[in-house]
Amino acid sequence: MPPPRGSSILRNLQSQCSNRLFHAGDSIVTRCPRPIPTRSPVQPGAHNRTFTTRTLRPRLPFQSSIYLRQFSTTSYLSHGHLTHPKPGEELKVTFVTKEGNEFTFEVAEGDNLLDIGQAHDLEMEGACGGSCACSTCHVIVEDQEMYDLLEEPDDDENDMLDLAFGLTETSRLGCQVKMKKDIDGLKVKLPAMTRNLQASDFK
Amino acid sequence: MKYILRHPLTRSAAWRSQRTSCNPRFINTLHQPGDPKVASRRADAPFRLAIIGSGPSGFYTAYRVQSKLPTARIDMYEALPVPFGLVRFGVAPDHPEVKFCINKFDEVARHPNFTYIGNTPIGSESLPFSSLLPNYNAILLSYGASKDKTLNLPGESILSGIHSARAFVGWYNGLPEHRNLNPDLERSDGKAVVIGQGNVALDVARILLTGVDELRKTDITEYALEALSGSKIKEVEVVGRRGPLQAAFTIKEVRELMTLPSVGFEPVPPSIIPQDTSTLPRAKKRLMDTINKGTKSYPLEKNWKLSFFSSPTAFLSSSSNPGQLSHIRFEKTAPVEGTNGDKVVGTGEHKDVYASLAFRSIGYKSEPISGMIEAGIPFDEKKGVVCNTLGRVARPTPEGDIQVPGMYTTGWVRRGPTGIIASTMMDAFDAGDNIVNDWLSGVEFLGEQGDVRMGWEAVKREHSNIGLKAVHWSDWDKIDKAEKERGKKIGKEREKFGTEEEMMAIV
Repeated sequence: MPPPRGSSILRNLQSQCSNRLFHAGDSIVTRCPRPIPTRSPVQPGAHNRTFTTRTLRPRLPFQSSIYLRQFSTTSYLSHGHLTHPKPGEELKVTFVTKEGNEFTFEVAEGDNLLDIGQAHDLEMEGACGGSCACSTCHVIVEDQEMYDLLEEPDDDENDMLDLAFGLTETSRLGCQVKMKKDIDGLKVKLPAMTRNLQASDFK
Repeated sequence: MKYILRHPLTRSAAWRSQRTSCNPRFINTLHQPGDPKVASRRADAPFRLAIIGSGPSGFYTAYRVQSKLPTARIDMYEALPVPFGLVRFGVAPDHPEVKFCINKFDEVARHPNFTYIGNTPIGSESLPFSSLLPNYNAILLSYGASKDKTLNLPGESILSGIHSARAFVGWYNGLPEHRNLNPDLERSDGKAVVIGQGNVALDVARILLTGVDELRKTDITEYALEALSGSKIKEVEVVGRRGPLQAAFTIKEVRELMTLPSVGFEPVPPSIIPQDTSTLPRAKKRLMDTINKGTKSYPLEKNWKLSFFSSPTAFLSSSSNPGQLSHIRFEKTAPVEGTNGDKVVGTGEHKDVYASLAFRSIGYKSEPISGMIEAGIPFDEKKGVVCNTLGRVARPTPEGDIQVPGMYTTGWVRRGPTGIIASTMMDAFDAGDNIVNDWLSGVEFLGEQGDVRMGWEAVKREHSNIGLKAVHWSDWDKIDKAEKERGKKIGKEREKFGTEEEMMAIV
């Protein structure tokens, strides 16, 4: 099927699809629907969903009917940092949003938590672009044992964590935590934004 | 059913006192959950927001509003032709990674419902504040802190060689206001004193001590580089009124100074700084450990030190050169018991520190925009902030704070000049959430329910009378491109234009 003229988004989509998800000759229209989330058998519950990298975006609470869905030209596809996991080598990582909703993604080894969170439109900022120069991608590892399996944070990361709000014993910067086989099933919490910020909070 | 709320300032005290049963600290007179008189607005009701100031707080708020209410039309006013406020003019040139947030801001600015209006100061001398009021549903004050605090000491304003750190930072970062600062870095005594112990003070120390070959790779202005290459400064003393545990600087900035090549750190006497840090909170512990560890060797070619418990009392000159700073008199201080070291008191003991260059780095302050007070926006002169409750502009009364409809504030003009980019971002997200939630819940904004506000399209007509050319995002693109090209020629990422005339010539 020839690429539709004048539609760079569709072209983009087609290249993504044909590269990664589809066989040559498949029709985009029939084979590129919005994928349906598959519920994870190990994590039942209304808010627990499993997603595979690059296949779909979770529906976030703020995208409820009261707010309009934003058409974003910088979708997760353009972040371009994520690698597609090889079949059988998917690692699971779960994010718990500040509202308490859980999202599980299947990702490849080597991807960092900031890229994963942003690729799936979670409310996770990386003001410094993942260069360990701010504390906006602060995450809290839920399980102490899992935290101990991570590589120790270096001085630069600790310096930034010192400035993070709601710092805990198991806090890390998302941009510095890379997925590995031994931390398959990692679960991290996004810290609640602190309301009631006053000047004294910054001293 | 159309319901028009009365302006809160015109409501009777009795009406207000009925409401004290909610949060006694904050009486949100505009929105009471379950108030039958408040009809919520549709998400696609036309909403016009003016943002004053294009620094990180303004942009992060715009980002939040855009993501929650994509139909909102946002106009951002900036006094200078170029955007980004302190990210461009405050963040040190050797911290390029901190400026990465500009990519996000650029994305925000390219949103079809966003208009950037640069080269347009708001105030009596150019575009009056009052001309915004009839054209917007809401106004966000995020214009930061444009003045710096002074010590008001003898000699401070008379002697040459005394600069505000803010001006120095503006000078090396290309802020047009301070283009002609020309600090005299070539005086032979080779010593500079920085008064104040925040991150700006350490930025000043670091720029003075870093080798120019390192700085040459950054986007520091060429004229600053030239002046710094002739600098004879070999020693920098950073002085604070209180103790090490009260210092406001953060560990990253200290660590950077400790790892500068051929720069030594004079150890802090053990009597002043805690040696056993195991009981301190994590951040303080790590900071004290870093200071105690110091540099591998001392003294080296260039050196710096931290002095504590010293409060300046006078700037003095020598009799041979009466117009030039020669030394600064400090009074030793001691912590007041029971205040945990937060308060100090003079001991009456003085010492003189000889230096021909001094930088005052004791903080910034905000000022009200002219016409703002008249528009009903309360300003706390003492704290130097717009009176607000969690970012909603609110007038304090004995019964509680009363929200001023349609007025919001964020960033340093809201909470004072402290905090890093992460705190500014969170503060801005709060402001954005408040604006969107208030709008959707149907509370009173500027004008009456159902008014259609024209925003920049209407302001534009008045703007054409003030004789300033508005700079839009496409114009900034041109300036940006020209600066990058200038930089490329001399092997830098960017060479900023130092004057507004140069910027406008590109447009």
